[in-house]
Amino acid sequence: METVAEFSLELLRAGDRVEFARLVESFSVSIYRLALQMLGNQQDAEDVLQITFVKAFQHLGEFEGRSSLSTWLYRVATNEALMLMRRKDASVSLDEEKSDDEGDSFQPHELADWTKLPEGDLLDVEARTQLEKAIRSLPVRLRAVFLMRDIEGLSIRDTGEALGLTETAVKTRLLRARLQLREKLSAYFGERLRQENKK
Amino acid sequence: MIHEHGLECRDLLGNLSEFIDGGLDDETCEKLRSHMSGCENCRLVFDTTTRTIYLYQTVANETALPEDVRGRLFNTLKLDDLIKPTRRAHES
Repeated sequence: METVAEFSLELLRAGDRVEFARLVESFSVSIYRLALQMLGNQQDAEDVLQITFVKAFQHLGEFEGRSSLSTWLYRVATNEALMLMRRKDASVSLDEEKSDDEGDSFQPHELADWTKLPEGDLLDVEARTQLEKAIRSLPVRLRAVFLMRDIEGLSIRDTGEALGLTETAVKTRLLRARLQLREKLSAYFGERLRQENKK
Repeated sequence: MIHEHGLECRDLLGNLSEFIDGGLDDETCEKLRSHMSGCENCRLVFDTTTRTIYLYQTVANETALPEDVRGRLFNTLKLDDLIKPTRRAHES
């Protein structure tokens, strides 16, 4: 989503505070946004943000550079967010479920053409509540992929690295997440469209 | 309304993500475009999916790190002396 300046791994590994502050400035918004969308709670998102950078500072010396710094930070943040979620609900997992096999047969049912609604309607307070509700209703294994790929702009490969998934699994889950969100928004905006047309 | 998907509709659905992301070869893209020009439901699924992604990206772009959260982060990391004023704070 944003261009990130290059960082000196040498300085970071040596514990250079100025370089680390630069890293924090560059990634703090993205990590906070990811945590907020994963958890839906500002306090939890702040906790994840702080733990992510504390751990990053402690473990940068062990960072081997096999993935990009951003992917590594996203991985730490996602793991922390998942741990927090599991404390509240032990069943939360990124693992496949039986229902994953049904993904390719997912059929769109809501076929209202709401794309022509004015942008002001698509992004008003009520619509934003629906957007939030729809993403929160996604299983975490789909939500995490959608957030990494479509919101934070990670590649399929980096998303897989950050979440410990194969590229094929990322692609399958991304398609499913997009289609499920589309379905939920289409139900809502389709109804709004029908109400508009009645006027 | 349930769209009865034929083979080409299934092809579009299966390739939808990569089509949106520009990850398909020209020939496949052309086949899918050609299919959509004659299949209203598939065009609609494509349009509403891209719009769905756009809406989430637009809302996400507006998310800022609250100043107090940013301050506490730099404090926790003992980087208070290196915190830069945000544009908003700088302007005020």
